[in-house]
Amino acid sequence: MLNTYDFPEFAYVQSEEQKTGNPVRHTVIVVGAGPVGLTAALDFAAQGLNVVVLDDNNTVSVGSRAVCYAKRPLEIWDRLGVGARMIDKGVGWKLGRVFLRDEEVYTFDLLPEDGHKIPAFINLQQYYLEEYMVEACEKSPHIDLRWKHKVVSLHQHDDHVELAVETPDGIFTMEAGWLLACDGANSDVRRMVGAEFTGQFFQDRFLIADIVMKADFPTERWFWFDPDFHRGQSALLHKQSDDVWRLDFQLGWDSDPEVEKRPENIIPRVKAMIGDDVEFELEWASVYQFACRRIDQFRHGRVLFAGDAAHQVSPFGARGANTGVQDIDNLSWKLAAVVKGDAPLALLDTYHGERAYAADDNLLNSTRSTDFITPKNGASKRFRNAVLSLAKTAPFARPLVNSGRLSTPTPYLDSPLNTPDDGEWNGKMRPGTCAADAPISVDGRPGWFLDLLTGGFALLALGVAAEPVDAGAFSPKLIALGTDFDDPDGLVSTRYDAGGGALYLIRPDQHVAARWRNFDAEAVKAAISRATAGAIR
Amino acid sequence: MSLTFEPNIESPDDFYELLTDAQRDLSDEDANDMNARLVLILANQVGSLADLKMAIEAAK
Repeated sequence: MLNTYDFPEFAYVQSEEQKTGNPVRHTVIVVGAGPVGLTAALDFAAQGLNVVVLDDNNTVSVGSRAVCYAKRPLEIWDRLGVGARMIDKGVGWKLGRVFLRDEEVYTFDLLPEDGHKIPAFINLQQYYLEEYMVEACEKSPHIDLRWKHKVVSLHQHDDHVELAVETPDGIFTMEAGWLLACDGANSDVRRMVGAEFTGQFFQDRFLIADIVMKADFPTERWFWFDPDFHRGQSALLHKQSDDVWRLDFQLGWDSDPEVEKRPENIIPRVKAMIGDDVEFELEWASVYQFACRRIDQFRHGRVLFAGDAAHQVSPFGARGANTGVQDIDNLSWKLAAVVKGDAPLALLDTYHGERAYAADDNLLNSTRSTDFITPKNGASKRFRNAVLSLAKTAPFARPLVNSGRLSTPTPYLDSPLNTPDDGEWNGKMRPGTCAADAPISVDGRPGWFLDLLTGGFALLALGVAAEPVDAGAFSPKLIALGTDFDDPDGLVSTRYDAGGGALYLIRPDQHVAARWRNFDAEAVKAAISRATAGAIR
Repeated sequence: MSLTFEPNIESPDDFYELLTDAQRDLSDEDANDMNARLVLILANQVGSLADLKMAIEAAK
């Protein structure tokens, strides 16, 4: 199959509970060992929860599938100890070019701001990402990965979920206090609980092909509307690691996926795109169609949903896996607090509130990109072509060109967990926003601001005298500028608008919960109470 | 000259969705008729003959 990658085969092991036939009540079971399920396992383990992961297969993703990983998920993986390896192996990029026919009409630069540990975007084949996370899971005493375990039915009780699970040794019963479904867009678990999954289907098909070539194309995202080599459709070229390149061809609704998948039909398309004289090998290809849809509720009783199982988007904008990983970032501290009895169930319901809001934002962006790329009627196509033909000479048309709005975190601006601002603030760090990184130094050694924010709530004091606040299980770690870290470049102060002194309460998922200009212990406690759905009084 | 070719549309993606959604269920002919009306409405907003001339040239 692939020339550049050897697929690991993970061992199936019959569990003790299947051997003995005595069900064990697990704290959390995750269904699906894809990027989102594996992230969940690592994050739950980081919260001190024991977790069992069930996957019906015994290897990583076949084919590169998800390719573009954005800054925020990489920051989450960095917090979980697997980010550096992904960034090392991945290909960084920031420039995108858009062509109409064979003419460049528009170039965008992601313009990553300096002074962040994590790059704006990397491209990496999904199988590497999964392999690295599986290795990290195997090292954790909290994580039990079980391959060739397929959930065949489930039954909800008041305080647990009962599962029938099929393995090569037959069917047995498992129990979980909580079940997290990360089993993808065609989620069996979602079907089993009878959840609604509605939205818009798009009548179009796309061919994706991974090829290996030593070519001097730059590491940029190239997107064509109506290219000369593939008239009337769109096409995309993007580099991954190991000299593997992702090609994407819009095919139209009338195409036959089985015919299009044949190498003898793919190879001429590739040659037309990259040139007859470039040598390449075809690694993997797939034909896909897509929908933009979301689950009705992210929690159904004791069953939770994350990633594609909860929301499916078009691939334009890299909003699939990137969003799913942020679901986990939001869920893990809340679930841990509820499991440990530190917070009420109401905290877990804010998982739906915040992540459904983010999913809707992703769906909106993804639907708009799809409408631009594949216009639905003559009028829409006329405007699309007008925008593209004006874009080359008229700068105003460029912001209207939509070949995918790339994934950025959706701030939870209306979340009930936020304490509204009192007074005037500048900059981006409004309550509900994920905390910006910045270079710092600790004891004279260079470091990164986000690395200070681990393991619970934090109270960040920038030029404000603050004292430790007792909020029980949610007592924040006090991090004071000048005591715990220094800000040699002044970027923490700038990004957090700390000129006149500032105090921030930051959630365990590194999102701003509240901010003040002065320290008041009672105000901090009230904000923690609010950010935990009333866990403390 | 006050006609600008620099980006000036508030929330470009919102605008584009509004525009294309307005014609989603129209026939080509109805959409063309609507576009003609839209051009005239926006031309009135621009007002200046010199600017309108410039816009017409740019669109040719």
